[in-house]
Amino acid sequence: MGIEEKLPSGILLTSVEKLSNWARKSSFWGATFGLACCAIEMMAAGAPHYDLGRWGMEVFRASPRQADLMIVAGRVSQKMAPVVRQIYDQMPEPRSVISMGVCASSGGMFNNYAIVQGVDHIIPVDIYLPGCPPRPEMLIDAILKMREKVMAAPLGPTGRKMLEARKAEGKVPIVAPGAMPSSYRADKVRSAEWTQAVKEGREEQLRIENWMKLQPHMREDHK
Amino acid sequence: MTSSTTDDSVYATERETTEGRVFNVTGGDWDTVTGSIDPLSNEKIVVNMGPQHPSTHGVLRLVLELEGETVTEARPVVGYLHTGIEKSLEYRNWVQGVTFVTRADYLAPMFNEAGYCLAVEKLLGITDEITERANTIRVLFMELNRISSHLVWLGTTGLELGAISMMLYGFREREHILQIFEETSGLRMNAAYIRPGGVAQDLPPSAEKKIRDFLVYMPKKLKEYEAMLSGQAIWHERTKGVAVLDVTGCLALGVTGPVLRSAGLAWDLRKTMPYCGYETYEFDVPTATTADVWGRYLVRIAEIKESLKIVEQAMDRLKPGPVMIADKKIAWPAQLAVGLDGMGNSLEHVAKIMGQSMESLIHHFKLVTEGFRVPPGQVYVGIEHPRGELGVHAVSDGGTHPYRVHMRDPSFVNLQAIPAMAEGALLADVIAGGASLDPVMGGCDR
Amino acid sequence: MSVEPNPNGGVPVEADPVGADFDAPAQTPASPQQKGMFGISGTGDVSGFGGLVRRRPELVGSPKPYGGYFDEVTDALEEAYPGFADAIEKVVVDRGELTLHIVPEKIAEVAQIMRDDEALRFELLSSLSGVDYLGSDPRRLHICYELVSMTYRRRIRLEAAIPAGASLPSVTTVYPTADWQERETYDMFGVIFTGHPNLTRVLMPDDWEGFPQRKDYPLGGVPVEYKGAEIPPPDQRRVYQ
Repeated sequence: MGIEEKLPSGILLTSVEKLSNWARKSSFWGATFGLACCAIEMMAAGAPHYDLGRWGMEVFRASPRQADLMIVAGRVSQKMAPVVRQIYDQMPEPRSVISMGVCASSGGMFNNYAIVQGVDHIIPVDIYLPGCPPRPEMLIDAILKMREKVMAAPLGPTGRKMLEARKAEGKVPIVAPGAMPSSYRADKVRSAEWTQAVKEGREEQLRIENWMKLQPHMREDHK
Repeated sequence: MTSSTTDDSVYATERETTEGRVFNVTGGDWDTVTGSIDPLSNEKIVVNMGPQHPSTHGVLRLVLELEGETVTEARPVVGYLHTGIEKSLEYRNWVQGVTFVTRADYLAPMFNEAGYCLAVEKLLGITDEITERANTIRVLFMELNRISSHLVWLGTTGLELGAISMMLYGFREREHILQIFEETSGLRMNAAYIRPGGVAQDLPPSAEKKIRDFLVYMPKKLKEYEAMLSGQAIWHERTKGVAVLDVTGCLALGVTGPVLRSAGLAWDLRKTMPYCGYETYEFDVPTATTADVWGRYLVRIAEIKESLKIVEQAMDRLKPGPVMIADKKIAWPAQLAVGLDGMGNSLEHVAKIMGQSMESLIHHFKLVTEGFRVPPGQVYVGIEHPRGELGVHAVSDGGTHPYRVHMRDPSFVNLQAIPAMAEGALLADVIAGGASLDPVMGGCDR
Repeated sequence: MSVEPNPNGGVPVEADPVGADFDAPAQTPASPQQKGMFGISGTGDVSGFGGLVRRRPELVGSPKPYGGYFDEVTDALEEAYPGFADAIEKVVVDRGELTLHIVPEKIAEVAQIMRDDEALRFELLSSLSGVDYLGSDPRRLHICYELVSMTYRRRIRLEAAIPAGASLPSVTTVYPTADWQERETYDMFGVIFTGHPNLTRVLMPDDWEGFPQRKDYPLGGVPVEYKGAEIPPPDQRRVYQ
């Protein structure tokens, strides 16, 4: 567009950045890259029961030229690897990649000659989503985390300079964008709790403690 | 196509002379020759469809030579999802093999597992010792899986032919089946539920209730689909007379399943070479005579109805009993239950193996680390998969690991029929024909 | 199974420990010819008082009568095919299945008779697959043809064995369905089918070198890193046979 290069760094650029990121995250258009079983779960996530349309993602663009999110769903074989790379290259910037399932993240259970051990050998990945296959809710969590990351992305070279300046001053958010579980992010109290835990470096411990509180036999009032 | 001229006037005249043959070439011939080739209809373009394409049912690549809209040559290229499942099986023991085999054809995991387990049980010689409840549950889950596979087929075929809402309905109904699978085995797909010797766990009462509710719910939905599709003129236009493959063609190409039945031959392994007690169930084998996409659509809808019948019969004959064979040296040792911290070995089982029975402890240990041994030999078991005949050729050398397991997957063999269906047809019919074959690339490439 | 005193007591004195060694060559799990629990060779008996020596059962042909429809099929084949005696190497009846071991050169002829003869009518070739018997058979590559007779509702298996690098006739003229299945057998095992219309790789990339499902081809995994542990790929792990 050019506007992000012409605007001087400051409040105006930040507002444009926020607006552009908000528009991007609200209507991710996925490139259909369903390969194997995870593709079926991805389709199930788009289906009425789990409904990705709630976040503007019901449309999966077949042409990578019109897509901005590539969900690599399924095992990537040696024969398929150049195709993955080609589709990724055909996507215009800004683009993101979610590697869905263990096969795409790390080769999964197929540790052999035929499967690329992780699609990050071929393309840069933004979010790794384990599972075999991950439930549709897990995919939705990954997409929500991706949205958060996109919301915090810089716009243009000036935007990147602003981000560097913020980092140098230490004005970074305590929790990295995309790192908080979606169920915590929605709730003010819990998200404050999580942020505090991140400051102390014990967020996983907090998650376990909260889970333990939910277990009936570990509650204090359990008979 | 080049018009092969039998008109010899375009060629130079020749005559025999004392010096040999003499040709009389005049310049005017060339215009006649080029004039007879129509520039418009002789332009062939090569179009590459896939492997990334919304309509190729996974990563299938079709290289099409088109003349206008007509396909003159279609070459399917597969192998984009080859996972080396068969070789991986040689490095795992017989029970671990189930988790690999189940991910081959990911839309019908129960069938992959069942075929593999039937082959292992045939090698072990324990086919008759599988308990009745285990066989009933196997039939039940296989038929539920058949319904869910056909629903995905309906959904994706509808999507590819333009009936996009069919996709949403198909997946909505499928959710009910996936919830039944989850209730029983813990996983929606690829559950590794059917194991050599029986099934991994018993059917909980909550799952039985869900199945009963599903049996009431599904027929109503089927009526909706038929109203939406069967009566619709566009659907008729897109599917009638499209991608015809008659019985000779099907048998020559080795195509089995709904495609063969749509051509008129009622070959269904559940009836002709029954397994798992299928001979005791009452169901029909639907066929059609038109051998086109329309016929296959009718056959699959009818098969969903037949599967619902079988599910009901299976539910009615479920009697309490063990779901694993009695032979402790083969039966999977874990007795799983949902406890306070999730699903794991039930407390009674842990108490038994740790405190009470040394034998159980030994069995548990040996079966989980080493696995059972299968006497040497080879078998081939064929079952009726939603897409055709799924065959498992298992070779054992007497050890705890399979020596060789080959899966004759119906999608792999059925895809050979694409050129037969596509050549001479329009491009849109290639999509319809390919969709009607119902290929699943995971099974095709393994 | 005979009981013989074993000189070493069965303990392998010079064998290397089988274990999690990253540089270890690909170890296809060996056939448990004489291995016991935990990979011990021989009997593992250190007492010297003789041990149980399990001999690998030899694959022998089954004697006539074979039982069930197997006799009908073999008799019909013998009647219809004049070269029966030369073509059939062995007839094995095992676990309710009939396997005819055929001389590789004659496989296309036999397949033609199986399909066309009135008494046989094996119309459908269900499956064509290869098995690699490296180490136990000098003709290591076996190709198994599963035939189904829809008329008589029978199954039969034909098996042909060739050494690596040899070739045998293709059955695509008889059963066109063998097209891709033979390509897969070529791709995975390196079996050359003469007369095949298009013998190229079907599952692996076209320029792949090697035949993956042969026993001497490594599984090709990578070691997996966990927090505090590194697990070797499946073909280099400890094998309990």
